[in-house]
Amino acid sequence: MIQFDQVYKRYPNGREALAGVSFKVARGDMAFLTGHSGAGKSSILKLIGLIERPTRGRVIVDGRSTDSIKAGSIPQFRRQIGMVFQDHKLLHDRPVADNVALPLIIAGIARREIDKRVRAALDQVGLLGKERSRPLELSTGEQQRVGIARAVVAKPPLLIADEPTGNLDPDLALEVMRLFKRFNDVGVTVIVATHDVHLIDQFGARRIILGEGRVAVETPP
Amino acid sequence: MNLRAYGLRHAQTFVGALGRIAAAPLGALMTMAVIGIALALPLCLVVFLQNARAATAGWNDAFDLSVYLVKSADLARTRDIATEIQKRGDVATVQVVTATAALAQFRKDSGFGAALDALQDNPLPNTLIVTPALAASTPAGTAALRTAIAAIADVDKVQIDTAWVERLLAMIDLLRRVALLTAGLLGIGVVLIVGNTIRLDILNRRTEIEVMKLVGGSDGFARRPFLYGGLCYGFGGGVLALVLVGAATAAVAAPVARLAGLYGSRFQLTGLDFSTGIAVLAAASLLGWVGSWIAATHHIRAINPS
Repeated sequence: MIQFDQVYKRYPNGREALAGVSFKVARGDMAFLTGHSGAGKSSILKLIGLIERPTRGRVIVDGRSTDSIKAGSIPQFRRQIGMVFQDHKLLHDRPVADNVALPLIIAGIARREIDKRVRAALDQVGLLGKERSRPLELSTGEQQRVGIARAVVAKPPLLIADEPTGNLDPDLALEVMRLFKRFNDVGVTVIVATHDVHLIDQFGARRIILGEGRVAVETPP
Repeated sequence: MNLRAYGLRHAQTFVGALGRIAAAPLGALMTMAVIGIALALPLCLVVFLQNARAATAGWNDAFDLSVYLVKSADLARTRDIATEIQKRGDVATVQVVTATAALAQFRKDSGFGAALDALQDNPLPNTLIVTPALAASTPAGTAALRTAIAAIADVDKVQIDTAWVERLLAMIDLLRRVALLTAGLLGIGVVLIVGNTIRLDILNRRTEIEVMKLVGGSDGFARRPFLYGGLCYGFGGGVLALVLVGAATAAVAAPVARLAGLYGSRFQLTGLDFSTGIAVLAAASLLGWVGSWIAATHHIRAINPS
């Protein structure tokens, strides 16, 4: 599903975030990207979501090299990926239901179908009944789960999450991780970047540990 | 995606754009006011021209031709020529002014009675006053009529005094150009005003656009609400422009009527008609749409999630 081939990423400010990263995540796998902050976790997720382009090397997503994807095809490409962010990236002036519905609206799904799928997604993250709330009326943990509902509502084959538990207390963090595991159980490929080693110890998924812009240790699944 | 869902989605976007304007009405009203004033100026010129044309339409008698016959043409010959001219399609009326009548009129108007008495015989020829038909009441039409009449036997001279009418028509023509030019420049102005407003709207909603792009929204999808916003600004500006023109017309209607009354005319100022009003609204909306399209296309492309 995901393959990095000697990938380098140097930002315009000169910082080299990735210095020859290579790894693979097979379809249906779940993997944790870990390492201290600045090790390149976020950069890897940004390269997968085509928020950034590699300076050198190849990133292959779902059998396609990302350098073959032109700017005009990026929206279509991103619809295959559910993205979860540490800061949620919700629209604060819209109710929860509209936030979750956004990927479906973009995909041009009919209204009735949208309502049904939004409720299903909110049910999966345990937020059924909060459709009309505004994001800021919810707790951080709830906001994060709205973000997760939005990421999975269009049933993408790939789910990537950047520090999804960064702002959560341990109980909530565990709950969110279990949520990701559940999506993985139904066949979604999941990549979670996190520095919370204690948390992922409780999951059997494989780990890709980054250090100084490379893969330092890779544990088998 | 089916057509119904597509239409519904556009309707929702449109309502959303309206909602955002309603949420911040002051800024939107300012933009609409600027557009309204910009559009009102050329529209006032249009109203002026339209009325000038209506007012001058009744002035075709200014094109009357004075046809002087040779002295040897007697009254019978004069009437023959009058009948001949009257048969022409481009002639409305022909009035015969006999030499005797002309002399009497001249004696009365000029006060040279005694001097005229000293003359052996009447120095004036028989004369015809020819009024062209309405269709021929143009500088070109009267010129052609003059040539034709001048070619008739026993016609000595044909006089028209169209110079001042031509000057007036030239002035109206000039004003029409000025109106067109103003409309063109201010139309560009409207595009820029809307473009700038939309640019600020986009900057204010940068985060929202980033989120849309992150979840797979295309530039076109992110642009759509701004296009509807621009359309609303343009339409609102058009409505304001019509209100302003209406108010201006109403304000000068009474003085114009009084002025016309002093000239013995029953001329009344007319405002913009219904179809022109609709055209103004359509044009204003289009300008708003174009302005927002240019700004939104440019600025949304530049926003990328990081």
